[in-house]
Amino acid sequence: MNVNAYAPRSLPALLLAMLLALLPLALLSSAAGAQDNAALRPLIDALGQGSFGDTEKQVSALAATGDAAVVPALEALTNGDLYVRKADKAVVIGKRAGGSLALTDPLTGEALESTATSALDKIRVNNRLRRTIRAALGGLTLRAADATTRRQAAEAIFKAQDAEGIEALDAAIEAETNPGVAKLMREARAAAVLASDRPTEDKIAAIGTLAERGDRDALSMITAVQNSEASDLHEAAGAALARIEKLQAAWDTARNVWFGLSLGSVLLLAAIGLAITFGVMGVINMAHGEMVMLGAYTTFMVQNLFRTHAPDLFDYSLLVALPAAFLVAGLVGVGIERGIIRFLHNRPLETLLATWGVSLILQQAVRSIFGPTNQEVGNPAFMSGAFEIGQLTITYNRLWILVFALTVFAALLIAMKFTRFGLNVRAVTQNRRMAASMGIRTPLVDALTFGLGSGIAGIAGVALSQIDNVSPNLGQSYIIDSFMVVVFGGVGNLWGTLVAAMSLGVANKFLEPFAGAVLAKILVLVFIILFIQKRPRGLFALKGRAVEA
Amino acid sequence: MTMFSKKFFAGMALSGLMATTAVTGAFAQEETIKVGILHSLSGTMAISETTLKDVMLMLIEEQNKKGGLLGKKLEAVVVDPASDWPLFAEKARELIQVNGVSAVFGCWTSVSRKSVLPVFEELNSLLFYPVQYEGEESQRNVFYTGAAPNQQAIPAVDYLMNEEGVERWVLAGTDYVYPRTTNKILEAYLKAKGVAEEDIMINYTPFGHSDWQTIVSDIKAFGSAGKKTAVVSTINGDANVPFYKELGNAGIKAEDIPVVAFSVGEEELAGLDTGPLVGHLAAWNYFQSVDTPVNGEFIEAWKAYIGDDKRVTNDPMEAHYIGFNMWVKAVEKAGTTDPDAVIDAIVGVSVPNLTGGYSAMMPNHHITKPVLIGEIQEDGQFETVWETSGLVVGDAWSDYLDGSKDLIADWRKPLNCGNFNTATGKCGGSGS
Repeated sequence: MNVNAYAPRSLPALLLAMLLALLPLALLSSAAGAQDNAALRPLIDALGQGSFGDTEKQVSALAATGDAAVVPALEALTNGDLYVRKADKAVVIGKRAGGSLALTDPLTGEALESTATSALDKIRVNNRLRRTIRAALGGLTLRAADATTRRQAAEAIFKAQDAEGIEALDAAIEAETNPGVAKLMREARAAAVLASDRPTEDKIAAIGTLAERGDRDALSMITAVQNSEASDLHEAAGAALARIEKLQAAWDTARNVWFGLSLGSVLLLAAIGLAITFGVMGVINMAHGEMVMLGAYTTFMVQNLFRTHAPDLFDYSLLVALPAAFLVAGLVGVGIERGIIRFLHNRPLETLLATWGVSLILQQAVRSIFGPTNQEVGNPAFMSGAFEIGQLTITYNRLWILVFALTVFAALLIAMKFTRFGLNVRAVTQNRRMAASMGIRTPLVDALTFGLGSGIAGIAGVALSQIDNVSPNLGQSYIIDSFMVVVFGGVGNLWGTLVAAMSLGVANKFLEPFAGAVLAKILVLVFIILFIQKRPRGLFALKGRAVEA
Repeated sequence: MTMFSKKFFAGMALSGLMATTAVTGAFAQEETIKVGILHSLSGTMAISETTLKDVMLMLIEEQNKKGGLLGKKLEAVVVDPASDWPLFAEKARELIQVNGVSAVFGCWTSVSRKSVLPVFEELNSLLFYPVQYEGEESQRNVFYTGAAPNQQAIPAVDYLMNEEGVERWVLAGTDYVYPRTTNKILEAYLKAKGVAEEDIMINYTPFGHSDWQTIVSDIKAFGSAGKKTAVVSTINGDANVPFYKELGNAGIKAEDIPVVAFSVGEEELAGLDTGPLVGHLAAWNYFQSVDTPVNGEFIEAWKAYIGDDKRVTNDPMEAHYIGFNMWVKAVEKAGTTDPDAVIDAIVGVSVPNLTGGYSAMMPNHHITKPVLIGEIQEDGQFETVWETSGLVVGDAWSDYLDGSKDLIADWRKPLNCGNFNTATGKCGGSGS
């Protein structure tokens, strides 16, 4: 902070005086907030003035008060909820409520009269400012009562690497009771020490602490030391780097396996319906991707209903979307089977062309009804965010999709193996005429099987809407992959589909870091073509007379 | 079956009759000036291009309300090239030869533009191209109303370098001509600014890429080298949504590794929960959030025309707004819609843009524009955090590539050349 630059002006001079006066308080008293709001008010009201640079100085001044009372104002600022009221230039917190803004006082938290947006000027923030605020909030909430808040504070200070925070951290570590948070604080302190002008021994100890942490942020900080002038630290930094990099290599492998399984689960979901319609029934169904798309649009419709009628229950919208998507896609599937495919029995080329036509019609129909733009499908709370196992970041949506794909797979397997309907399907696909002679209504079984395959594609659409665009083109991007998986796994074998999806996913993800996304895809495709030359029936070929029939 | 046939033929006869009346009706009408609209209404690009068709129809309707052009009404002729590149050329030919349009507004992807170039040259008609593109081109019959790289990519990189202190760069793009050329220019530019080879990571992904886990994790790894890192994204269209979702889920915040995108506008954000993206950047020449009276009117007119209060406006729409008004003004100035006269008249024509200034057509058939850097906000809009102090002239040939730094384009007499080599003094020279 350039003190000289604003010494001549009266308000900043006042700020500086206050800042100096309050500094000891910040370090000593954990029970901040007892201070006089009147002293903070001019600091808060100064936030709305001038450029980003000016606001940044004001944030630093607020942080220097060490008073937890300024936390709501800073949080509102970083969230873009802080406004200047045009009438009296007062800074207020505004939350959108209908057409106007519900205002609260940033210091006392009491509700003020709500105002139209036009009477307020929003205080703009940019990334640099957000970083400053994050560090400031970290410093202010280091002694908060809630352990989660303290943890976030320590993380924020760790990222800020601010040498001036060391004393505050020392005091906080002293008082910390939660061992996990204390460890984070020590790491934050080590990061700050590296940025300070402390003696070399302290810094070497800090490098040790960071090497212990061993993640990419630590790697980043130690690399910076390695590249700096301080040659007496290079040895320690080099050793720490070697250690972290070795650890990272192991985690990279774990990461690739997880990414591969996750990609595999998406492939499995997309392909599993096709494993029924193409694998079991032998229909080359080019409209399979569009069933996935219909499922995704059903999700969108269901979520819209929830948004308008029961916004509180939004998290459950996917539970309703699942059966709805199954029904919609399944019924459309039955319609296609009854209307087109049954007339083209044993004419694969015509089936291919006809279903291709159907796919185009469905795409354009959706485009005409919903428009060509992407539709917004929200993630329910339990599918947002991520958690960490060691250094492996696992995102919840991917995890749930993996679980969901395996569940669908298991359910389908049980349905085919242990139900009357499954028995009928297997009988009809193995020997249609014999099954008919036994009294099975083959046309009905055909229609229902196709409906089942399409319905499963529909529920795949519900899951895929969580990670991909919901647009009329959604299905197109999955159709080739789906056929690849089914053919590779072996036509007519559900287990083959599972193994194929997972192995293609993992292979793709191990190739990607070396070959790049484009080449990895091509390599996998080439591999499958070669594999099919060797084993035309895929990984798990059906054996016996059924195959020849 | 006989019933069916009878009905069928009766229907045919009826529709035939209706078609005849429609044609005679058209003949009975007064003479019109026809304007061609060449945007995909089906296929993958429909997502972006349909909006541009609608905005053109709105602009034509407004012009007709003002009394048309040269005392005649304007008539829009809409065709659908269906995101099929060769079909663009066929449909362009159809517009010019069969429908006799005076000018065409259209194309989005560079490959569709390249596919129609020979048609416009051969039949000597006019094309207004509204999308930011890779540059390295200037054609007599084409007017580039979108941004050239120096009107978007270079200022964005400057912003990150100067304001955010970025030292390490990820250039991520979809694998096709626009990202590849733009990244080539950016790489040359960054190296000229002293950025080392190992501080630049270039990554390409296929169209519609949806599994971004590896790449996001690579970006995270690249960003942990002790230097401030940013991503410059030329990722196209649909692939952006899963990319940003993955960034959000992986916890990469704009404060740590900002992403500046050249193909993400208000329209693309409309299908997205923007909460986790707040602070990521985009560089454009227009944002819907720009607070000027003329922009307010435009947004209001657009919402009223489309009948949906939630629809957004974006940069290519503004480009069409500018291009259409420029064409109108040039036709008025020339007093005719004859392409040669309009090409001569349009250079130097200046019309208001939506950001509160004026844009002018330059001799190289590119226009002057302000460059804005915006940060994504919670509501899916952009907040301008930086803008160029004045207008930037579109540069057809990049100054940072060996093959093009000596080239200039000037379609005025006596030069009349799209790739004049200042080093050799010859037109058509491919550079040093």
